[in-house]
Amino acid sequence: MRRVWDNPLVRRLMASMAIAVVVAVVTGPPGSSEKPSAGLSGSFAEKSSFFGLFQTRRFVVFVAFALLFWGAWSLWLAWGEMVKFRSTKLLRRPRAVTERRSIRWSAAIVLIVIGFLLPTFVHDPFWQTVMVEQIAIYVLLALGLNVVVGFAGLLDLGFVAFYAIGAYATAWVTGALPTPAPFGGPINPFFAIPIAIVMVMLAGIILGAPTLRLRGDYLAIVTLGFGEIIAIFANNLYGITGGATGTNQIPHFSIHLGPVKYLWGLAPVPYYYLALGFVVLFLVVFSLLEHSRVGRAWTAIREDEVAAESIGINPLKYKVMAFSIGAASSGFAGVMTAAQTNFVSPTSFGLLFSINILVLVIFGGMGSIKGVLIGAIAIQTMSMYLIHTPPAGYQPPDLYIYLGALLVVMMIFRPAGLFPSRRRKREIGLAEAGEGHMDEVLTGDVP
Amino acid sequence: MISFFTSHFATLRLEFWALLVGGVANGLIYAMVAIGYTMVYGVLRLINFAHSEIFMSGGFGGLFVLRALVGNSTPSGMSSFVLVIVGIVSGALVGAILAALLERVAYRPLRRRNAPKLAYLISAIGASYFLFNMAGKEFGRYNLAVPQIFNDHPVFTIYGAPVQLYAIIVLIAGLIMLVVLDRIVATTRLGRSIRAVAQDAETASLMGVNIDRTIATTFILGGALGGAAGFLFGLGSGVVFTMGFTPALKAFTAAVLGGIGNLRGAVIGGLLLGLVESFSVAFVNGAYIDVVAFVILVLVLLVRPTGILGERLGRAA
Repeated sequence: MRRVWDNPLVRRLMASMAIAVVVAVVTGPPGSSEKPSAGLSGSFAEKSSFFGLFQTRRFVVFVAFALLFWGAWSLWLAWGEMVKFRSTKLLRRPRAVTERRSIRWSAAIVLIVIGFLLPTFVHDPFWQTVMVEQIAIYVLLALGLNVVVGFAGLLDLGFVAFYAIGAYATAWVTGALPTPAPFGGPINPFFAIPIAIVMVMLAGIILGAPTLRLRGDYLAIVTLGFGEIIAIFANNLYGITGGATGTNQIPHFSIHLGPVKYLWGLAPVPYYYLALGFVVLFLVVFSLLEHSRVGRAWTAIREDEVAAESIGINPLKYKVMAFSIGAASSGFAGVMTAAQTNFVSPTSFGLLFSINILVLVIFGGMGSIKGVLIGAIAIQTMSMYLIHTPPAGYQPPDLYIYLGALLVVMMIFRPAGLFPSRRRKREIGLAEAGEGHMDEVLTGDVP
Repeated sequence: MISFFTSHFATLRLEFWALLVGGVANGLIYAMVAIGYTMVYGVLRLINFAHSEIFMSGGFGGLFVLRALVGNSTPSGMSSFVLVIVGIVSGALVGAILAALLERVAYRPLRRRNAPKLAYLISAIGASYFLFNMAGKEFGRYNLAVPQIFNDHPVFTIYGAPVQLYAIIVLIAGLIMLVVLDRIVATTRLGRSIRAVAQDAETASLMGVNIDRTIATTFILGGALGGAAGFLFGLGSGVVFTMGFTPALKAFTAAVLGGIGNLRGAVIGGLLLGLVESFSVAFVNGAYIDVVAFVILVLVLLVRPTGILGERLGRAA
C-alpha cells in the first residue's frame, strides 16, 4: 500500500516544516523555569515583520521559510538528477589549483601579511580583544586538537584539560598560586612557556599511555571524564590551585634583554602579534609534521591499524605521540590566556569548552590544517558577533545550541568538513563504500 | 596509617546500613540508565553519547506534568501513589519520544550512508549539546525542585538506619521496570528481533526482521527506562539542564563494569557502582566522589574491558 508520506515531495515538505519548527524555537525568545511554555509559544506567536514587508506573527514567517526551503530543495534535487544524467565524468575535478606548491606558499605568505596588518584595520577594542582571546587562542587549540582528531583519528573530548594544565602551570611557575613557585618570586611568563609545554606533553603521555590502548569510543568517554576530573581537582585543591576563585596574580609577558625592554600590558594588540607569531610557528610545525614519517604513521594507523602494525608501526607509541604533540599547542594557548588575562580559575575550563574546540576542527575539516584555520576563524568570529550584537532573546550560553546543531548537520551532510583534506575525504568515502578498515580501530572487531 | 583506617572503618560501621540503602537506590537508577547504553550498544555497536539528555528530558517531563497536576495542593495517600506513577510514566514517555527523535535525526541518516563510527560519535555529541543547551534556554538554567507529591519520611529502620519513602519508591519502581524489560527482551517477538539484530544485523534482515524498526524500538525501550530514571533522580535531587552528564557517565561506567551489551550485567554493574560509590563516602572527601566512578571506569577498561559478566551481544540477557 502506498501511503501519502511515502511520496518524496511530501516527505521533504514534512522535513522542511520540522526544520523550520526547530529553527523557530532555537531563535525564539528564552523561556523560564516559572513559565516553561513562554519560550515555545513566544517562538511562534511573537510579532515579527514578514521580510520587512508587513507585520505578522513569527509562525507565518517560518512557514514561508519552510515552503521556500522545500521548493529550493526539490529544485536542487531535480537539477542534480538532470546533471547526473548528462555526465558524471565532467563533475570529477582535476587536481585543484590550490594544491600546487607555489600557489600554496604564496597564499600562506599573503595570509601572514594580512594577519600582520589586521590590527591596523581593526580599531574597535572589542574586536581587538576578540582577535587575541577568542581567535588566536582558539586557533592554537584547534590546531592541537586537529593533530589528535584529524591526523591520528582519536576522538578526544577532554581537550580542555591540557589547556587548563598549561594555564595552571603558568600560574605556578610565575608564583601566582598558593603552591611554592619553582623559582621563588614572580617571574616572566616567557619562562613558563617551555615548562608548561613540557608539563602538558607529560600529561598527554600520562593520560594517553594507559587509555590509548582502548577502542575509540571508550577513549572518547574516558577523555570526556578526564576533562571533568581536572576541573574537579582544580576546584577543590585549595592549597594547590587556589580553589574555585583561582588566582589573578599572573604577571604579563615582558622582555629584558640588555637595552631592549618591553612590557606587554592590558592592550590587546601586542599580545596579538605574540600570538600570531606562535600561530605561524605551530602552523609550520604541524604542516611539516603532517607529511613527515610520523604524520604518515598516523595516517596509516587511522586508515587501518592492523595493517599499520604489520609493517612495523607501533600504534600505541604513535597515538601517545599524537596526544602529547597535540597537547603542546593547547598548553601554549594556556600560557597565553593566563598571562594576558592575569587570571586562572576552574570556571574557564568547563564542560562546554572541549566541544567548542571540536566544532572548530570538524567544521573546517578534520585533518586539514587549512580547513581548521579557516573554520576556527570563521566560527569564532561569528560567535563573537553574536555576543557583540545579540539578536533579540539571545543569551550567551545559547551559542552551544548552534554549535551542537552544527556538529550534527556537518556529520550528516559533510563529514569531512567544509575544506576537507583530500586524504580524509577519500577515507570517509571508502569507509562508506565498505572498503578499508577504518572502523575497526573504533569498534574493536579485530581480534 | 592504622589509625587512619580504623577511624574510617568506624564511620563505615556506624553508617553501613544507611550507606547500603542509599547505594542500592542510586545503583538502581544507574542500572536503568546503563540499560539504555547497553541496548543501543548491542544493536549499533556504538555508545549513545546523547543518552544523558534522554535522562534529563525524563526529569523535565515528569516535573512539568506533575506541576500541572499538583498545583498548590499537598497530595497524600492514594493520590501520592497515583502521582508517582504518573510522573514515572510521563518521564518514560518523554524519554522514549526523545530517543526516537534522536535516532531518526542523528543516527539514521548516517546509518543509511554507512558512515564511519567516528561520524556517529560526533553526531551524537552534537545532539547531546544541542539538547541540553536547548533545555537550558527553554526551561531556565536553575535547579528546579519536583513538586512534593509525597511526604518523604522514614518508613522503617534497618539496624537503626532509617529507610526513606523515596528510597523505597526508587527500589520498587526500578525493580519492576528492570524485570519487565528483561522479560520483554527475553520472551517477546520484539525482544527476539532485538537480539537477532544484535547478533547479526544482515542475517536478521534476511530472516525478515525490519532493522530500521528494531533499532528504533531499541532506542525507545532504552529511552523509556532512561527517562523514568531521570524522573526518579529528579525527585531526589531536583531537575536542571546539566543533570544528565554525571549520572550518565556513571551509568556508562556501570554498563562497562557489568559487560557492555549484557542486560543483566548492566544491572549488576549499576548496583555495584552505586554501592562502591556510597561506601567510598567513608574514605573519600565528598567533592571527589565523582572521581571514584571515573577511576573505576579506567581500571575496568584497562584490566577487564569485557566487564564482570562479559560482553554478550544478542543472547537472552
